[in-house]
Amino acid sequence: MEKFETLTGIAAPMPLVNIDTDMIIPKQFLKTIKRSGLGANLFDEMRFDRQGNEIADFVLNQDAYRSAEILVAGDNFGCGSSREHAPWAIKDFGIRCVISTSFADIFYNNCFKNGILPIALPQEAVDVLMKDAEKGANARMTVDLENQTVTTSDGETFNFEVDAFKKHCLLEGLDDIGLTMEKVSSIDTFEAQAAQARPWV
Amino acid sequence: MSPKTLYDKIWDAHVAHEAEDGTCLLYIDRHLVHEVTSPQAFEGLRMANRPVRAPDKTIAVPDHNVPTTPGREDPKNMTEDSAIQVAALDKNAKDFGIHYYPVSDVRQGIVHIVGPEQGWTLPGMTVVCGDSHTATHGAFGALAHGIGTSEVEHVLATQTLIQKKSKNMKVEITGKLRPGVTAKDITLSVIGKTGTAGGTGYVIEYCGEAIRDLSMEGRMTVCNMAIEGGARAGLIAPDEKTFEYVKGRPHAPKGAQFEAALEWWKTLYSDDDAHWDEVVTIKGEDIAPVVTWGTSPEDVLPITANVPSADDFEGGKVGAAQRSLDYMGLTPGTPLSDIEIDTVFIGSCTNGRIEDLRAAAEILKGKKIKDGLRAMVVPGSGLVRLQAEEEGLADIFKDAGFEWRLAGCSMCLAMNPDQLAEGERCVSTSNRNFEGRQGYKGRTHLVSPGMAAAAAITGKLTDVREMM
Repeated sequence: MEKFETLTGIAAPMPLVNIDTDMIIPKQFLKTIKRSGLGANLFDEMRFDRQGNEIADFVLNQDAYRSAEILVAGDNFGCGSSREHAPWAIKDFGIRCVISTSFADIFYNNCFKNGILPIALPQEAVDVLMKDAEKGANARMTVDLENQTVTTSDGETFNFEVDAFKKHCLLEGLDDIGLTMEKVSSIDTFEAQAAQARPWV
Repeated sequence: MSPKTLYDKIWDAHVAHEAEDGTCLLYIDRHLVHEVTSPQAFEGLRMANRPVRAPDKTIAVPDHNVPTTPGREDPKNMTEDSAIQVAALDKNAKDFGIHYYPVSDVRQGIVHIVGPEQGWTLPGMTVVCGDSHTATHGAFGALAHGIGTSEVEHVLATQTLIQKKSKNMKVEITGKLRPGVTAKDITLSVIGKTGTAGGTGYVIEYCGEAIRDLSMEGRMTVCNMAIEGGARAGLIAPDEKTFEYVKGRPHAPKGAQFEAALEWWKTLYSDDDAHWDEVVTIKGEDIAPVVTWGTSPEDVLPITANVPSADDFEGGKVGAAQRSLDYMGLTPGTPLSDIEIDTVFIGSCTNGRIEDLRAAAEILKGKKIKDGLRAMVVPGSGLVRLQAEEEGLADIFKDAGFEWRLAGCSMCLAMNPDQLAEGERCVSTSNRNFEGRQGYKGRTHLVSPGMAAAAAITGKLTDVREMM
């Protein structure tokens, strides 16, 4: 997995609340059996009309935000289905960090498996960051995972919380399965005990 | 011992390893797999030359992207992309030696209907699937939740998940439900009250007299939509109804093993003085037949209400409500029961079980759907379909003017050809009314099966109580 340490980049504002995974990547793009190439269809139905033309007022179609690497979004980002195609599309587009007041559980976990940092902050902080993002391409935000800070283009800094284990994995780019395999003897022991205690499973 | 919730008990029975910071390896008893979120996971196993650790605990069935029309056993009758995904699952099931129900098998159906039906889902288990509606299995007192594809691969390889424990929320529905009010109305009303993020960070246990009174089918409907409320999982403590449902199913324990299992299952309830981080209480008698008006499952109102205005909301929801009203083509103040519809969809893992079909057929018996309406029933599994045919329900649907389809997810997520056209308005027994969910610019109103049947007759959103 790609490491995440620090990131300084353009932040795109999407103040809409409850942005769901069907918006992030509509189901017609789940027909792939690959993980790659989904960035072209990120936010497809908000970004393009039926003929495939760009919808001009959608944020990622504006010149200032075409190369956004951070997304600042409304409450409850990523609600809906478990499709990991959502973080795959976000990452493939080039976005490495999403900031909101809250995230849906499955989406939040899926981000960490793909080198994306989701940051949950209080409403007041997200409001400030949203305003900063609205300034456009000249306003570059900085995210520092080691120090757990987000800094606006004006230098205002917010601290964020992140689970220590998830942070470690993201900073080091660690593969979960490899880490778990190191504990395989614990799994073997548990499995043997469980087979005794609950043989019907 | 300190008092525990049901969630605490199941969790504690499945921790294979706990690190100092509380990060756990949670052992998984059942892993359900379907064709859309698994190909990349199997690909990952192949690349790392890893086997499936517990193929006997892994069950695969194609459901999300299969056609629901006859002749689908032949890949030529599928769209090319469906055929590729189904062929990939066929091959992965065979290569890795996991249990499999192909489209040609009468037991095929929606993964969350097949699991309980075949007795794979049992009380006290941990159950995961690369699908958010895995919460359904919580109806058996199993800890069940959806996972992403990376986690699917992790479970295939290690039979565990890396997890931290969630908080405990109790949702109590007290007293009796009024006539015409169903499990779907309960679950939508809870989301209407707590919001789609209300359950974030929690596992919900549903309890109270109105929950106890529900059949297993109804309990599955309630738990199914725990995810729409933002919760990791929904649970209901198992009781005699649960044990009765499970007994005799193909993969349920038999004889002495059933008795041994039963002894443990009977300990699976929340202790009286267990700690709850959050408690929500709703009176059963206060729940009405409801319908969603917007594009979030929290946009819930009684069928007797009027379309709201964006001004009725606060904060970020003002903009979202206006966007929903525009998308749904609705004018504030319009009685919900005046809204005309084009399509009716009965099915999905929320409401595609036999009891749901019976409830809809009860309303439709001897009646016809409104002229010009498109209506379809997609049974949740081949066995539900067969049973409905044996009970004469299929004839009621067909005589009324419904299409009678083969099992699958169908128009709930509209990956297959069962989709709404632009602007088409659908009354649906499914679980999500998101923008574009049932087709590009399609409009979805979520309801119970009885309400869907009533709407099919009148061609408008309709209070089912008027037809009872």
